[in-house]
Amino acid sequence: MDPECSQLLPALCSVLADPRQPVADDTCLEKLLDWFKTITEAGSSLLLLQENPCLLGLLCHMLKPQDLSPRVLAFSLRLAGMLAAQEDCFQYLQQGELLPRLFGEAGPLGGAAWTAPSVRSGWIQGLRSLARHPSALCFLADCGAVDTIFSLQGDSSLFVASAAGQLLVHILGLSLQGPAEGHPGLQTGDWPVCAQKIVSHIEESLRSAATPQITQALNVLTTTFGHCHSPWTQVLWVRLSPLVACLLEKDPVPAAHSLVDLLLSVARSPVLSSSSCGLWETLAQTLSHLSPTQAGPLALGILKLQECPQALRAQAFAVLLQPLTCVLEATAQAPGLLDSLDGTGGASVTVDTLLPSKAACVGLLCRTLAHLELLQPLPQRPSPWPQAPLLGATVTILRLCSGSATPTSDAGGHLCAFLVGCVRVQRAALDFLGTLSQGTGPRELVTQVFAVLLEYLTSPDSSPTVLKKAFQATFRWLQSSPETPGCSDLDPHAQLFLRELLPVLPKRLCSPCWEVRDSGLEFLTQMIGRWGGQAGFRRALLASEVPELTEQLLRDPESYVRASAVAATGQLSSQGLRVTPASPEHPGGQQKSLLAELLHILSTDSEGFPRRAVMHVFTQWLRDGHADVAGDTERFVARVLQVASQDLDWEVRAQGLELALVFLEQTLGRPSSHCPYAVTPPVAAPPSPLAQALRPLCRVQLFEFAFRALFDCDRPVAQKSCDLLLFLRAQTASYSGPQGSGNVPEVASVEAALQRWQAGDQGQPLGYLEPEVVVAVLRSMDLEGLRGALAESSDRVEKSPQSLLQDMLATVGALGEDEADCY
Amino acid sequence: MCLVLSNQKSNMKLYCLSGHPTLPCNVLKFKSTTIMLDCGLDMTSTLNFLPLPLVQSPRLSNLPGWSLKDGNAFLDKELKECSGHVFVDSVPEFCLPETELIDLSTVDVILISNYHCMMALPYITEHTGFTGTVYATEPTVQIGRLLMEELVNFIERVPKAQSASLWKNKDIQRLLPSPLKDAVEVSTWRRCYTMQEVNSALSKIQLVGYSQKIELFGAVQVTPLSSGYALGSSNWIIQSHYEKVSYVSGSSLLTTHPQPMDQASLKNSDVLVLTGLTQIPTANPDGMVGEFCSNLALTVRNGGNVLVPCYPSGVIYDLLECLYQYIDSAGLSNIPFYFISPVANSSLEFSQIFAEWLCHNKQTKVYLPEPPFPHAELIQTNKLKHYPSLHGDFSSDFRQPCVVFTGHPSLRFGDVVHFMELWGKSSLNTVIFTEPDFSYLEALAPYQPLAMKCIYCPIDTRLNFIQVSKLLKEVQPLHVVCPEQYTQPPPAQSHRMDLMIDCQPPAMSYRRAEVLALPFKRRYEKIEIMPEPPPRPTQPTGGKKRKRASDDIPDCKVLKPLLSGSIPVEQFVQALEKHGFSDIKVEDTAKGHIVLLQEAETLIQIEEDSTHIICDNDEMLRVRLRDLVLKFLQKF
Repeated sequence: MDPECSQLLPALCSVLADPRQPVADDTCLEKLLDWFKTITEAGSSLLLLQENPCLLGLLCHMLKPQDLSPRVLAFSLRLAGMLAAQEDCFQYLQQGELLPRLFGEAGPLGGAAWTAPSVRSGWIQGLRSLARHPSALCFLADCGAVDTIFSLQGDSSLFVASAAGQLLVHILGLSLQGPAEGHPGLQTGDWPVCAQKIVSHIEESLRSAATPQITQALNVLTTTFGHCHSPWTQVLWVRLSPLVACLLEKDPVPAAHSLVDLLLSVARSPVLSSSSCGLWETLAQTLSHLSPTQAGPLALGILKLQECPQALRAQAFAVLLQPLTCVLEATAQAPGLLDSLDGTGGASVTVDTLLPSKAACVGLLCRTLAHLELLQPLPQRPSPWPQAPLLGATVTILRLCSGSATPTSDAGGHLCAFLVGCVRVQRAALDFLGTLSQGTGPRELVTQVFAVLLEYLTSPDSSPTVLKKAFQATFRWLQSSPETPGCSDLDPHAQLFLRELLPVLPKRLCSPCWEVRDSGLEFLTQMIGRWGGQAGFRRALLASEVPELTEQLLRDPESYVRASAVAATGQLSSQGLRVTPASPEHPGGQQKSLLAELLHILSTDSEGFPRRAVMHVFTQWLRDGHADVAGDTERFVARVLQVASQDLDWEVRAQGLELALVFLEQTLGRPSSHCPYAVTPPVAAPPSPLAQALRPLCRVQLFEFAFRALFDCDRPVAQKSCDLLLFLRAQTASYSGPQGSGNVPEVASVEAALQRWQAGDQGQPLGYLEPEVVVAVLRSMDLEGLRGALAESSDRVEKSPQSLLQDMLATVGALGEDEADCY
Repeated sequence: MCLVLSNQKSNMKLYCLSGHPTLPCNVLKFKSTTIMLDCGLDMTSTLNFLPLPLVQSPRLSNLPGWSLKDGNAFLDKELKECSGHVFVDSVPEFCLPETELIDLSTVDVILISNYHCMMALPYITEHTGFTGTVYATEPTVQIGRLLMEELVNFIERVPKAQSASLWKNKDIQRLLPSPLKDAVEVSTWRRCYTMQEVNSALSKIQLVGYSQKIELFGAVQVTPLSSGYALGSSNWIIQSHYEKVSYVSGSSLLTTHPQPMDQASLKNSDVLVLTGLTQIPTANPDGMVGEFCSNLALTVRNGGNVLVPCYPSGVIYDLLECLYQYIDSAGLSNIPFYFISPVANSSLEFSQIFAEWLCHNKQTKVYLPEPPFPHAELIQTNKLKHYPSLHGDFSSDFRQPCVVFTGHPSLRFGDVVHFMELWGKSSLNTVIFTEPDFSYLEALAPYQPLAMKCIYCPIDTRLNFIQVSKLLKEVQPLHVVCPEQYTQPPPAQSHRMDLMIDCQPPAMSYRRAEVLALPFKRRYEKIEIMPEPPPRPTQPTGGKKRKRASDDIPDCKVLKPLLSGSIPVEQFVQALEKHGFSDIKVEDTAKGHIVLLQEAETLIQIEEDSTHIICDNDEMLRVRLRDLVLKFLQKF
């Protein structure tokens, strides 16, 4: 601990011990604990106590009967536990009987303060920190802490209850660390008393008729098997698994969710899953006993396991698919589809489970679809993957939701009534449908997929969120549709679909709902990015009203839409897809006006998003050598940098640096390194003399922009600028211009100006700089130092422990002369 | 005090005079009062007629006459053919509610629930001997008057010399093509009423406010409740001391301009009559408004005109409000919006003055003070202009591309006919249907072939089936009565089990010209017992009289003793035998017994709450039997 802090600590301890003083908020105490934690982890706690007797004083003070703030008491308990984690310090504290008096019956445990959940939580966390060594175990046994922990498992505060469970697991692990670790064959009867006590408690809870107690026991076991993979866990499971299996015989199965968690935790444990302790049988039994809603997560968990018997996987997959089988059955799909999904013949059970209420039906379907979506990309997903039936079921669900499916049975009618217009299911199904685009499907089904997507994209009833998902799924399906052999154009079916889709898009772009306009534009941007170069797509797009409407949306009242319109228009223009009315007097007149329009947005738009979007488009245009830019690149860059430098949004300024970098690379030649910011000496000499090469950069006033950014109040901008200048300096390392240019008056004046800028006075511009001056200034600057300073977080001063202590003392007015005012 | 009537069935009946679920006309007989619930006018009949063009239309006047398959052309003056459809070339006629099922002169009161459901009022009040009172809220009457005025104006300003009646002959109608062949009750179709009849009908209306309790002859109390569908729209509670009937007609739970629906007061109803649900249950109004705006913008941006056939009040207010928010964002600020109707001005102004009938948001605006509807600003800024007709100022102001709101949604009369003729030939233009009352395909039939785009965005804010199901769960009526259309899925979507009323016990359904005995039992009746017989009521003189009071309590009835008790069948048969009747046969029925005197061809029907003696033209025998029956009953 540094001397400044040591000096402040006694004052702080006395403030904390004084019940009349208002205590700083919990965050300060948390930060203080974090600080003590780093200290105790790095050095001796005993030494800390000895050097700072005020700490011991504070802890002792807690023992006096007084009206202490619960948060200070909780803090002290946690601090005591943290200090006692080291055995020598533990012994030291034990000498003064401090620990039993803090954590035992005589402490807050019996007092009024115990009613505060924060104190109970502090007590548990204190013990949790303390329980690190064998002496601690004896202490716990002596002060009867374990019984208290048992009772805290049912605490009214969920945080306390959960921490109590975790503490039990920790104690169990600690008590078995020594003896059982060495002898894996040791039976529970030979375990230490403390461990036996905990195991008996768990057994008792598992036998209980009360669900909360069963849940507590299951949660403790889940954490145990999740965290400890020692051989003793196997002994424990062998002893307890019959009791767990007994739970399955009850109807309904109590604490089903916790049971599922436990079984999955056991199955994931490398010690247990590899042994023959009846785990797979229990899992199979559980799958068949639980309701589909409860069994879903278990089935998913089983399918995600790396190692698992094939039969169990098949059973789990069948359980997961049951709701979809039920949907297919209710709508009398082709029997082929049904057979491949129906693995267990248990679908009729699901119909009842699926149909009792709308909420149950919707919840089960959403969960099933989400589970399958998670499973689809995994390497261990079931194989063969029933792509076609899954597609069929998802399309059917979507059609049931839109009311266009025709169920043939009563069950189907009910299903339809539940699902019509249900946005939740629509979203889940569209997400899953998108995921299914990764696989192929029979042509007929793919046609159905596109038909249902089109139905959703067309329907006025599609909610904005559903529509967004429909757009996303559509893009994914179009992306996955096979390309025409020989050229990378869309296949004829996708083209056909596109021809139907494009008339829908203008309507969406005119929607009164901005979310719809926005997702329409995003979709368009993606489409152009992917197929902008393909003749079929280009023809269809140009024949539609889409390009014109997109441009009109640049003036949309909603900033998000404007931003998306900027991105889309930029793409359209890059691909030469803008509508340019042929006019002999103004060839390309329209194109120019887009550049002007985007510049106008950049300089006048009141919202950041459109301006950021413009900068992205400009950077892309510059990178691609867009025709509008290539004509007079310097003028373009100069103009953009000038506008961007005045922007209030740091992301716009940062993007300006990105654009500057692209220009710089184009001017000086691309560095061979993949990382544009890597400081590497140039491999090859620039194509032209460097001074010549730097001149365009000077003309566009890139350096003025970069230097200004270097002292930007937003750190990312400054960092980026620093990287850019370092790159530039490396590029100019070989430059052998007039030596000693540091003495040139111009250089001195630039350096003086930069110093003023650094001090915050950025009023005066630098004006045109000669390349030699730039190089000289770059060389004279301590860019590495600046980079180091910028790399440190900006709140490093505020985060120091000294600052923390000062702040806490300042809050109560205990610093310096203010003390006199207390009277 | 109250009297316990053990298992006495009330004599409550519902006479269903209209088959149209959203344009209802029912008569409720309840506690010796006869109450008509709405009198909607089914205007879909006009779709069978040729449009009435405001300006001479060569296309319409040159349509070929229709002749029978055998070439017989005797109907060619009455029927014209257009693109494969046959239309009656005559003044359009309307299908009235059933007038034969019940003597409409006995109707005591008419309760109106909203301005769309009163369009048949002049036919009822002026031509049936009706002498009662009509109850409605002020906005209902004022806007109803506008709708009627517009209708009369549309029809009267294009006088048509010809009146077709030959085709209505049953034998001839059978030979006609569909849909004329299938048109029902064509003989009862009537021409539109006159303004004089409208004024006379409206003069019979008494204005009421929400939650106001109106006593009818001391027997029944009726109360209008806000229904949330339109300005001044109401549901009605009809109750006596121990019975409550709720009449729910045209209600909405959506937040649009009217005051929200009062659901709580509908609780504890014995019977809930449910009509006027959305006509397009599959279309969500929000989605449709979005569709409307998008299509409008697309058309106008391409230089086309948009035609919106609509009523002069109602959804148009909400559409204008949406457009108010939308036009700037869609870059349509320079596009003129025209609202053309003989009552356009009054409609726009009325909407702003009925503050107390508006939703909370709009009411608070009035205190700012600001006009509750933003169309005031559209008018101020010249974005929305309104004209009584396309003649006059409009023709000089008219700029294209533009958006025109005008009537009539049937496309058979009104200024809309002219715009259809004018714009129908260009594919740049679009007609957007927002009113759900008419099939848009049928409405368009006489304009075929048509190049203009047609968009169907029906906006119906009335309750859908999900909302109904929630409502019924909330208010829990003992019985639900509704048009038969609501008890099964729509014919075109027979699998949509969600598009029907699902309640327990199942809803009782009715159809046109049916009489329904409402299924509830009276257990109590409040009576007052006075030491002296009540004085004989004096005959009211002239004007609106308390008809029931004088008709139902003639002199003799005051003196007639009240009877109670039940008839033991075995003893009754013995008594009959004692009085010389032989060949007696007793049959058990679900509700009691039938005693059959085979020789006398007479039947005595004994049920728990009624006894009927049915004998043919033998008054002596009937009186003898009656006296025998009476012996078993106690008098007091």
